[in-house]
Amino acid sequence: MSDIEIIQDKCVGCGACLSSCPYGAITLQDNLAVIDDDKCTLCGACVSSCGFDAILIRKDQVEKADISDFKGVWVFAEQKNGQVQSISYELMGEGRKLADALGVELAAVIMGHKIGDACQDLIWRGADKVYAVDDPALEHFCDEPYARIMADLIKEYKPEIVLGGASTIGRALIPRVAIKARTGLTADCTSLAIDEEKRILLQTRPAFGGNIMATIICPNHRPQMATVRHKVMKEAECDKTRQGQIIKKSFDKATLASRTSVAQVVEEATNMIKLTEADIIVSGGRGMKAPENFTLVENLARAVGGAVGASRAAVDAGWLPYSHQVGQTGKTVAPKLYIACGISGAIQHLVGMQSSDCIIAINKDPEAPIFKVASYGIVGDVFEVLPALTKKLQETCGK
Amino acid sequence: MNIVVCIKQVPDTTDVRIDPATNTLIREGVPSIINPFDMYAIEEALRLREKLGGKVTVISMGPPQVTEALKEAISMGVDDAILLSDRAFAGADTWATSYTLSMGIRKMGGADVILCGKQAIDGDTAQVGPGVAEFLDIPQVTYVKKIEQIDDKKAKVWRMTEEGYEVVDTSLPAMFTVVKEINEPRLPSLKGKMKAKSFQPTIWKAADIAADEKNIGLNGSPTNVVKIFTPPVRSGGIILQGDINEAVATVVEGLKERQII
Repeated sequence: MSDIEIIQDKCVGCGACLSSCPYGAITLQDNLAVIDDDKCTLCGACVSSCGFDAILIRKDQVEKADISDFKGVWVFAEQKNGQVQSISYELMGEGRKLADALGVELAAVIMGHKIGDACQDLIWRGADKVYAVDDPALEHFCDEPYARIMADLIKEYKPEIVLGGASTIGRALIPRVAIKARTGLTADCTSLAIDEEKRILLQTRPAFGGNIMATIICPNHRPQMATVRHKVMKEAECDKTRQGQIIKKSFDKATLASRTSVAQVVEEATNMIKLTEADIIVSGGRGMKAPENFTLVENLARAVGGAVGASRAAVDAGWLPYSHQVGQTGKTVAPKLYIACGISGAIQHLVGMQSSDCIIAINKDPEAPIFKVASYGIVGDVFEVLPALTKKLQETCGK
Repeated sequence: MNIVVCIKQVPDTTDVRIDPATNTLIREGVPSIINPFDMYAIEEALRLREKLGGKVTVISMGPPQVTEALKEAISMGVDDAILLSDRAFAGADTWATSYTLSMGIRKMGGADVILCGKQAIDGDTAQVGPGVAEFLDIPQVTYVKKIEQIDDKKAKVWRMTEEGYEVVDTSLPAMFTVVKEINEPRLPSLKGKMKAKSFQPTIWKAADIAADEKNIGLNGSPTNVVKIFTPPVRSGGIILQGDINEAVATVVEGLKERQII
């Protein structure tokens, strides 16, 4: 059985590991760290925190799958109505980099119905090969047939890396594929790199709502699989001179069968920009005081071409629908600019937006925690600051 | 109807403080709670039982202290709770966790409906729900915001998407992972609290669920964490007080410099 050990000769009793443990499993006894097996989950957070290499997690020697003949980088390309989704262009951009670093081919897998143009598009975006499965049964995303097909293709062609989007589709589909393929999957990565010496994929992702980062590897199983967060990687450029090969695959009825079916697709009528797609987000919180005051937030968003977000307090008060909520129980966003209006900055809100490139906070309380993460903080009344900022930005942007 | 809810005990981030010097979480002494998304799953299970009859069982994998989370579920009105607890389960990634939970559910005799929160707030992977569904070979619908119709054989549910939602028909048994919008979790009742006080969950070890040791815990996990680090601290921002027009002008200049506008 695997286990964790404090190497007593190395432990200096500094206590750094105590605060790293999310489960409160470490105590100091006689100036040595002691781990309570009843609380420890072997998560490994303490190992990195120790400056003296005094904590060791021992993993039993496990049987190694034969990984030598896995080669190439794959991207699962999402399409809706035959149009490749922007998140998949980002994966193509990142996939191309990884494939070039390894000196291997980049392939895209696409499923749907009437997807000929999308296949060509993927070649222009950097695919050397496109595996295309075109069938009426695959018109809408369905977990089971998509997962079976993906797993079958992996079994047949043996790629070493498979990337998918950390979207509602990717995060439903890719976990099922990873179970079928008996391999590791890292969710919602924000950075990928190749360890050139070992030829393995280094997958970095935020955990605890972005308060810690973890780098994860999948050393003994193939493919190495990851879903990648939207809006983090750069989209592949479209080069219409690129050449590539489209390989059409078809599957039998049993593979295409699904116990779920989409009865209706409802696009919620909104003229507002989607939060996860937006480069600029203007959010309002409890400090907006009443739903009608959100016009101020909307006006500012319009002036800069941004989306409207809200804190949990504003959503729970019924001022805006849940789809606008930013934070731990809402959406995690990382736009170029995030403007927080009348939001105090509870930790649950901060974890949903603190990766934004630039943050402007407007709050009348100079002690509000939101100012700790702000690039620019304006201490003042939102009802005075917002109109002034909107006017100035309208003048500047000419909208 | 036999309803199973998979829950996870997580550190309560509402109690997490940030160390002002290092801008990192102070996690010492942070109490544990039921993952907030799992509360919606528990509530939905209770509502299904109220509508259709049957039994609600929660299942969790973790160290003995997870008993507290299971007792809390009991206090909300859940009928029974099972804890998969064995040192051999420790260090499991989502592959091994999904396997272990699915073996626990098999040992229970399966379920008509399995509910999970859409993801846990510590790991944020959203992978275990689909993983369990795959191991049990049942259909799944993720990001469910409404169960519109349900009977013994089938259900019609709303699945949240980036653009809106899809209405999805599924046969049962099925796995649903739920979002916050689905309901408002109830508070524990007095009767529930009384029951929880003396309640002890059934504890199953690896051998009890016939788990293959190659598939559990750290050994069964294809992924390894090689490094955990704190993201770079946000450099000190500019705090503007006093005249609003001046402050606004400074900010807009700054945005121009950063080429954001």
